[in-house]
Amino acid sequence: MENLLNIFIKSIFVENMIFAYFLGMCSYLAVSKTVKTSFGLGVAVVFVLGITVPVNYLLENYVLSAGALSWLGEGFADIDLGFLSFIMFIAVIASMVQLVEMVIEKFTPALYTSLGIFLPLIAVNCAILGGSLFMQERAYANIGQATVFGVGSGIGWLLAIVGIAAIREKLSYSNIPGPLKGLGITFIVTGFMGIAFMSFMGIQL
Amino acid sequence: MSNTREPLFSAKNLKLITGPIGSQNPITIQVLGICSALAVTAKLEPAIVMSISVIMVLVFSNLIISLLRDSIPSRIRIIVQLVVVAALVIVVDQILKAFAYEVSRQLSVFVGLIITNCIIMGRLEAFALANKPWPSILDAIGNGAGYGIILVIVAFVRELFGAGTLTVPGLGTLHLIPEAFYEFGYVNNGLMILPPMALMVVGLIIWVQRSRNKELIES
Repeated sequence: MENLLNIFIKSIFVENMIFAYFLGMCSYLAVSKTVKTSFGLGVAVVFVLGITVPVNYLLENYVLSAGALSWLGEGFADIDLGFLSFIMFIAVIASMVQLVEMVIEKFTPALYTSLGIFLPLIAVNCAILGGSLFMQERAYANIGQATVFGVGSGIGWLLAIVGIAAIREKLSYSNIPGPLKGLGITFIVTGFMGIAFMSFMGIQL
Repeated sequence: MSNTREPLFSAKNLKLITGPIGSQNPITIQVLGICSALAVTAKLEPAIVMSISVIMVLVFSNLIISLLRDSIPSRIRIIVQLVVVAALVIVVDQILKAFAYEVSRQLSVFVGLIITNCIIMGRLEAFALANKPWPSILDAIGNGAGYGIILVIVAFVRELFGAGTLTVPGLGTLHLIPEAFYEFGYVNNGLMILPPMALMVVGLIIWVQRSRNKELIES
């Protein structure tokens, strides 16, 4: 139980997808102009991560890694399909995003129109594939840990994008030097937020 | 079939290479490919290897999609693009693991993340799907070079000030700050090696680039 809490808190604050690993920056920079759309996108990312990481965990441990296919029979024990992980993960992610898109279109059409092209672009959001790849690299012990990691990473991303959107909304009234307006100042502010998040590094739970 | 064939290196074609290096830089202007640009630039060597890998994947995926552009149904084009890019990245990953194992360990998940590198999908959607193979190859080289230049600049600044060294593939680690400076009291700027500084350095590059070229300023 403590281990799960540990993974959860670490993935939100200490190993934040945006501030520690810079994953998902393209949509982070492009969508963060208003808090409302950022929140919607963030929730969609939490949802997609929370589903794709456990599913990919199952794929990784029962189909892809070395010896994973041994549940099929003795003869399959020495097959190593690890090199297929990229394609399999991205296939799972693309289908999940398609599902999420259909759900959002049905239940919150306003959000669907305001997100526009960025909803299907979640499929190529580095944070989503990154979540699965980190799960693979860190070899979590069970599906509970993988799920907690997925949901936690999503929440960390949500926090980051809502934070920067709130700051950018206020920044639009400030006197920023011309060349820095828009993209430049967002990078620098994100850098400061990253430094702030580093203060969580030494936390022992 | 057009009657006049564009010469291979005409001015229009050359612009496809020079444009993205400067005023249409994928990272600082198009806002694509940021993720890996920031994460692998703590040292110079992974940045160089990453740039080369991205250029390779860009060129071949642009070529393949451009050759196939008339036979891909519009509804499944994202999936086709993803499959092509994923297959190429698997090849690049295996090559890196075989010939440059140390660097591939440093790059860890970011080699796989080339699949979701916005530059690749972005150029496939914006260019390769609608243009002939040769311009697509040039466009890929241009965008890859623009991406690579930013990566190398950021890595250069970060490693030089953060660790006082430069790791060049083939030449190993070069210690550039003379011992005398350290004895004088000079200390490596540890903050430079940490992730947030990459964001600051890119912010500064954007500032410099947009100051020199007033048209790029956002209103």
